[in-house]
Amino acid sequence: MPVITHDKLQENYDVIIVGSGAGGGQTAYTLTMEGVKVLVLEAGRSFDPATEVAMFQLPSQAPLRGVPTPDKQYGFHDCSINSGWEIPGEPYTNAHPEPANQFRWWRQRMMGGRTNHWGRITLRNGPYDFKPRTRFGAGFDWPISYKDVAPYYDKVEMLIGVFGTNEGLENSPDSSPGVLQPAPKLRVGELYAQKHGKKLNARVTSIHRAVLTQVQDAEAIPAKLHPHNATAQRILAEHMRLRAPCFWATDCHRGCSIRANYDSQTVHLRPALATGNLDILPNAMAREVTINKQGRATGIAFIDKTSGREGHAKGRVVVLAASSQESVRLLLNSKSNAFPQGLANSSGKVGKYITDSVSTSLSAHIPAFEGMPIHNEDGAGGPHAYVPWTLHDQNREGGLGFPGGYHLEFTTGRQMPSLTTLNGIDTFEGNGGVLFGKKLKEDARRYYGSRVGFGAQGTMLPNDGSFCELDPTVRDQWGIPVLRFHWKWSDFELNQARHQQKHIGELLEAMGGKVSPKTDADVLKSLKPGGTVIHEVGGAIMGDDPAKSVTNLWSQTWDVKNVFLADGAPFASTADKNPTLTIMALAWRMADHLMDELKKGNI
Amino acid sequence: MGSSDDLPRMDRRVAIQWMLSAAATFAARDHLAIAADAPVRAKGYGPDPVMAKIYKPGDLWPLTLTEPQRRTAGALCDVIIPADDASSSASSVGVPDFIDEWISSPYPAQAGDRRVILEGLEWFDEEARRRFSKPFADLTHDQQTAICADVASAKVKPEHRKPASFFKRYRDLTAGGYYTTPEGMQGIGYVGNRPTATFEGPPIEALKHVGLA
Repeated sequence: MPVITHDKLQENYDVIIVGSGAGGGQTAYTLTMEGVKVLVLEAGRSFDPATEVAMFQLPSQAPLRGVPTPDKQYGFHDCSINSGWEIPGEPYTNAHPEPANQFRWWRQRMMGGRTNHWGRITLRNGPYDFKPRTRFGAGFDWPISYKDVAPYYDKVEMLIGVFGTNEGLENSPDSSPGVLQPAPKLRVGELYAQKHGKKLNARVTSIHRAVLTQVQDAEAIPAKLHPHNATAQRILAEHMRLRAPCFWATDCHRGCSIRANYDSQTVHLRPALATGNLDILPNAMAREVTINKQGRATGIAFIDKTSGREGHAKGRVVVLAASSQESVRLLLNSKSNAFPQGLANSSGKVGKYITDSVSTSLSAHIPAFEGMPIHNEDGAGGPHAYVPWTLHDQNREGGLGFPGGYHLEFTTGRQMPSLTTLNGIDTFEGNGGVLFGKKLKEDARRYYGSRVGFGAQGTMLPNDGSFCELDPTVRDQWGIPVLRFHWKWSDFELNQARHQQKHIGELLEAMGGKVSPKTDADVLKSLKPGGTVIHEVGGAIMGDDPAKSVTNLWSQTWDVKNVFLADGAPFASTADKNPTLTIMALAWRMADHLMDELKKGNI
Repeated sequence: MGSSDDLPRMDRRVAIQWMLSAAATFAARDHLAIAADAPVRAKGYGPDPVMAKIYKPGDLWPLTLTEPQRRTAGALCDVIIPADDASSSASSVGVPDFIDEWISSPYPAQAGDRRVILEGLEWFDEEARRRFSKPFADLTHDQQTAICADVASAKVKPEHRKPASFFKRYRDLTAGGYYTTPEGMQGIGYVGNRPTATFEGPPIEALKHVGLA
């Protein structure tokens, strides 16, 4: 079974998965390795990371020096095609015009979805992140706890390959011994932040990222991940041997033709295809989950984008992994007599409780870095260090004015120059003129790489003002109703943003940077708009009570037993951790449960 | 991206057409009749370009500058980034071509620069003729520098405000265009983008430089 065209669809599948990214990829992998017959529908085209990514091209080899344009919204060499905040023919709307009420929605219409384009930051949610109501009296406790997910975090990390260190931190969990790959050495700016951050109790430590720093152990890991399954072990071992470790050059956002970093195709879909149990149909835009008279899902109605023709794929089970809000949209658009409010929506909670990371950033010029001896610090194509949240004592019960916390990601140093590398060059010596000539060249050499920027990503708990619904009038180019978003920041997020700005400012000052203080009005402006961190989750949250949630603790919808969710939609809140690893861990866990239910004849 | 922020319900293509026609209307009102000042009608590279390919200015859309404009643009680039012992000049690595590509871009973010730069280049030639009776490209280095210094100063004369804002923008594009080339990267001290077997972390002299060793 391979990547197919519409006319090659089989009559029936065990499981149909909508979406080929982190959640869909992991689900397809787990199921096909155990012999389940799976179809993946992907709205975008096939994409080959081995030949199509631009790893070494310089900005001068791209149009407009590679700057973002409406066609390539993260820049020309970013590994995203047919993707963006705005996609022609695929609108979405916002209910309220005020800037603070805007939600922006990134869609990535290509094989592998957003896993082609991300920083590969792979942090585990901690115990507190699953129980915000118990701990802070706000939001909802998830119906699962850290210990339910921990074994799956270990499995996913071994499969995809994650570097990092175990630091014994509160609520930023260690991995089991032997799971992590060795962390790369820190760069000089990262070490400098580590030293000077100590004055503020900011702990700078190795980050966890899905980048191989050494060859994966193709002898041991497959046996651990697939005990008693010789075929799965053989296939996985073969695919692990195809992956090369990082060669310490090129930005991970450009994709990786040597397969050193994780993307869904490289790690999940290729071995899944090798089992012979997977069909992938690209260019298939899912429109609706179809239902029989008994109220069970029968498959997916989709539009074949190559012909404009409507198609139907039939399966015993449907898994939505289209990205949280696209899955929500599918549920809301699956209206029938039995489900007039949309599928799995008897609670009225489909579309509710969308959250994103709470994020502000700040940067400064660090005089100590001027005139740095020339050296290559490309490293693993992204950060080697971060600042985990450690202020648990101060915020045990939300005493800082917000629940949870935030971690800091930061960039330092001598990265590949871009069109804006010299921004601010005129301000360092403060004469106010515009530098040119010999002096400009001297200053460029002296100041290049001396800027450090910290970006915070923090907890957001659900609120009643952040949700989506179907727009009553607007449809996309295929006639499918689109989403209309509502967004609201609560005082929690604003308080957290203030804390972030103050803390980052102090950190930069501890490193010798000069930061101008911000006013309160600036703080609201500094908050990245809802959705723009591209960590949006929720909309079909899991819970204990069918009246207050959309899925049970297995991401299985309460109303329709053979419909599952495998993206961020079931998240009951956003942790201060990036969501991708948790999406994969929950997808694997969900897929195990799904197979149990199939075996028992329950679905 | 930023330009569409205000237009969440407007289709992107509509937004671009709207902005381009607005720019065209503005241009038509102006007394300057620069042939190259017509609105850009070319198309962009679309949402699915071949990424793993090497492009050069002119490959994707037609360029704008006439030969005299190009001479002025190159001369100005080289006052901003001259050759020195360590590295080459901006014009020798194709920066004027990049600026031409930039002002010829079909995308809205560059539309404002098109007018600023075409008018700015014209001002520099006029100023050169007024003061030294020659086009800017034919002046001595000192004469070129004198004109630039007037508009680059922290306290520009009121009549120099417009050329000063052009010069800042032109300097940013020239420097950015230069430091994104292999020669510029070498000149600034970027030595990455090379596969290596291991990552050894910072050298001892870098650690010493910041007091970590």
